[in-house]
Amino acid sequence: MFEFLQTPVGPLPLADWISWICIVIGAFFAIVGAVGIVRFPDVFSRMHGAGMVDTMGINMILVGLMFQADEWIVIVKLGLILLFIFFTSPTTTFALARAAIHGGVNPGPKADEPHKTAKQETTSSNT
Amino acid sequence: MTMFAVAAIAVLVSMALSMVRAFIGPTVFDRILAVNVSGTLTVVLISVYGFLDGRPDFLDIALLYGLINFIATIAVSKYMKFRDLGHPIDGPDEGDV
Repeated sequence: MFEFLQTPVGPLPLADWISWICIVIGAFFAIVGAVGIVRFPDVFSRMHGAGMVDTMGINMILVGLMFQADEWIVIVKLGLILLFIFFTSPTTTFALARAAIHGGVNPGPKADEPHKTAKQETTSSNT
Repeated sequence: MTMFAVAAIAVLVSMALSMVRAFIGPTVFDRILAVNVSGTLTVVLISVYGFLDGRPDFLDIALLYGLINFIATIAVSKYMKFRDLGHPIDGPDEGDV
């Protein structure tokens, strides 16, 4: 593939350095998104965690894999997977959110939490 | 080689975490969300394993899996919304998802 990608920078060639960085970033975001899915209080905030896993986590890992590819067709396939996940993950989250709202999940604040305005919160936290 | 192992382990850890949410999830929508996330993570797992084994044709399987996972999630969320895949209930409905 590109010759300059193979120039050794320190122990590894440049391509390995780039893919190492991308894969570590992707792995970090995948795990953070998954922890977000577990710990968030509400269905809709969990969708943010799922979005984090889908977009940043998986796409960075796939970009990291792209640098390891040998033939062009592998890069094209990885690009197709990346594009597909990039476009369909919001669509599924949107459909799921509509179904959740229709299904009776209340996106508003919890019933037992008194609805505090922003000013009220700052004053209560100051005292 | 170890880089693919790191990616695979990270994907497996986040898949296990999303499975935790699938088991705990109070509402059915958490479960659909968790299954959707683990589906897209499987796409990455298959492609990483394809790279590990040095077989680039795994990427077709990963792409196909992503397609099917998308359709499945849309169908399940449509079923959850309309209680029926065939004809939607008559209510204030902007359009069939």
